[in-house]
Amino acid sequence: MESDLLLDVKDLRTCFHIAEGTVHAVNGVSFSLRNGETLGLVGESGCGKSVTMLSLLRLIAIPPGEIVSGEAIFEGRDLLRMSDAEIEHIRGNKIGMVFQDPMTSLNPVLTIGHQLCEPLRIHLGMDAQRARRRAVQLLEMVGIPDAEHRLSDYPHQFSGGMRQRVMIAMALAAEPSLLIADEPTTALDVTIQAQIVELVQHLRAQMNMAVIWITHDLGVVAEIAERILVMYAGFIVEEAMVDDLYEDSRHPYTRALLAALPRVDRRRDQRLRSIPGAPPNLLAAPKGCPFAARCELAFDRCQVEMPPLRTVATAHQSACWIDLATGKKW
Amino acid sequence: MDANPDLKMNNQPLVQVRNLKKYFPIRQGLIIEREVGSVKAVDGISFDIYPGETLGLVGESGCGKTTAGRTILGLYPPTAGSVSIAGIHVERADKAELQLLRRKAQMIFQDPYASLNPRWTVSAIIGEPLHVHKLLPDEASRKERVRDLMVKVGLSPRLINRFPHEFSGGQRQRIGVARALASNPAFIVCDEPISALDVSIQAQVVNLLEDLQDELGLTYLFIAHDLSMVRHICDRVAVMYLGVIMELADRNELYEAPLHPYTTALLSAVPIPDPKKDRARQRIILAGDVPSPINPPPGCRFHPRCPIARRHCSQVVPEWRQVSPGHWVACHEV
Repeated sequence: MESDLLLDVKDLRTCFHIAEGTVHAVNGVSFSLRNGETLGLVGESGCGKSVTMLSLLRLIAIPPGEIVSGEAIFEGRDLLRMSDAEIEHIRGNKIGMVFQDPMTSLNPVLTIGHQLCEPLRIHLGMDAQRARRRAVQLLEMVGIPDAEHRLSDYPHQFSGGMRQRVMIAMALAAEPSLLIADEPTTALDVTIQAQIVELVQHLRAQMNMAVIWITHDLGVVAEIAERILVMYAGFIVEEAMVDDLYEDSRHPYTRALLAALPRVDRRRDQRLRSIPGAPPNLLAAPKGCPFAARCELAFDRCQVEMPPLRTVATAHQSACWIDLATGKKW
Repeated sequence: MDANPDLKMNNQPLVQVRNLKKYFPIRQGLIIEREVGSVKAVDGISFDIYPGETLGLVGESGCGKTTAGRTILGLYPPTAGSVSIAGIHVERADKAELQLLRRKAQMIFQDPYASLNPRWTVSAIIGEPLHVHKLLPDEASRKERVRDLMVKVGLSPRLINRFPHEFSGGQRQRIGVARALASNPAFIVCDEPISALDVSIQAQVVNLLEDLQDELGLTYLFIAHDLSMVRHICDRVAVMYLGVIMELADRNELYEAPLHPYTTALLSAVPIPDPKKDRARQRIILAGDVPSPINPPPGCRFHPRCPIARRHCSQVVPEWRQVSPGHWVACHEV
């Protein structure tokens, strides 16, 4: 299994120093990813899921950001310690990225062809003609009809779903071994979301690439991910294979989130079980379990000591002082 | 005038919408503007809303659901058709009627950041309808009413002099709800009231809206794109596509036995937080995008993307008809 490891992140901590104090955005995140695996990273806004990925790619502005500690071994080398030139090379070639808003991530005054060809020329050293041929190929691969002609179109001439396809084409240009997709379907309608999910699944299988899919939507990630990490207030609170997470979650936050979701496939039987309160303010240094204030099961230890992630079943980890399978305290 | 919580259905509708159209003109030319076309945002919709019920209006972005909500409240003058709310005809209301309408019909907006004036205190925001409609004689009684409203929506009245930026998204949405309630409305258009909020906060706001409905006998038009939440909160659901309603039925009938191919495709695209069930499910992935509402396709608007479309679908507009009690659909093939 060891040789199969693509990415191994250990104890990543990221802070932002702002006028009001220090925002503890990521508080010791560890996880790994195998070649070809699809990992879902789920959490609500401000839980640190995007900052985790931006830290790995070294796309955090420093200052105000600071990567306080951690290592991220990707194909045998630490992303957090390599030179700027090296990480830039990795970002273009080995790790592709797709972001939430396909309008703001494309330059509105340059044609799609220009934007697609540029990385091909810079990162892969292609000449103009070859880059253009490859760009057409890429657009066809992501299902854009009439690709040859559409190269000279500007981003505003594409619909939201089509722009996201262009973004995926750009991310996949160098056939990366890892695709990081940060809320790639959040701005899209459900019928278009279904198209994009299907496209990514198809391309993933075809190129044997690993995918990290970041989202707040527990529905989408159930569909696409093999394994899921649940984040809350900068911590990973649960990690499990997809079926286990939905059928037998072992963390009170995950359970509460699933219970708060209405279901399109079920008749209403009762009121929604809302989670009281709001996520904690990250300006205060973390003390105790961040979910304790909203947790039905919390007891005194939860207020003062953060529970470590511990294995609760095969390939299933949870950070809670209570073993939810037995109800016993650790 | 206030809707009575005991009156449900089989009653006179509170809101009647008939063949409502709203076109936005497209103008060209710098000095001499001329109309070169129009965006047919809402193109002939009809339905009733009964006292005390929640009618869901769902559809993808650009289908005209928000325009429909605003036109119903008279915020946009309709291009054609009629709307009556509690007996007042919105499109030909005089000044006095319009003022009464503004009191009895309110709106809750999607974006809790943009819909509250950042320079106003909570007291001024929630108290504004009381002030505008001269509902209470003096400042002291207005403040008292604002405090009551804050308690009603689950905000501490101690925060009455705070500004919107001091609140979280969920709390701001509560301020918006309190403002909508201030004038004792009977009917509230909720335009995507929870889509800007996190899952754990969404449930709080939805439960609040339900409690207020039970307590005050409110009638809601709930505009949303989240089909799961709509199934939970709405009694009946209307599905919109490109300016027209494709299907309308009781919620369980619509979700369990949809008739229109668009409804079927839309429902099958909604992800379910249950991986095993999700894998076993048959999905219909619609090809292409929603066409432009400037030149909508002739015949049935859905025909270019419809998996069962036949020749006449592209020529003849399907009739909006009732196929079983309370189940309406516009499709040739049903």
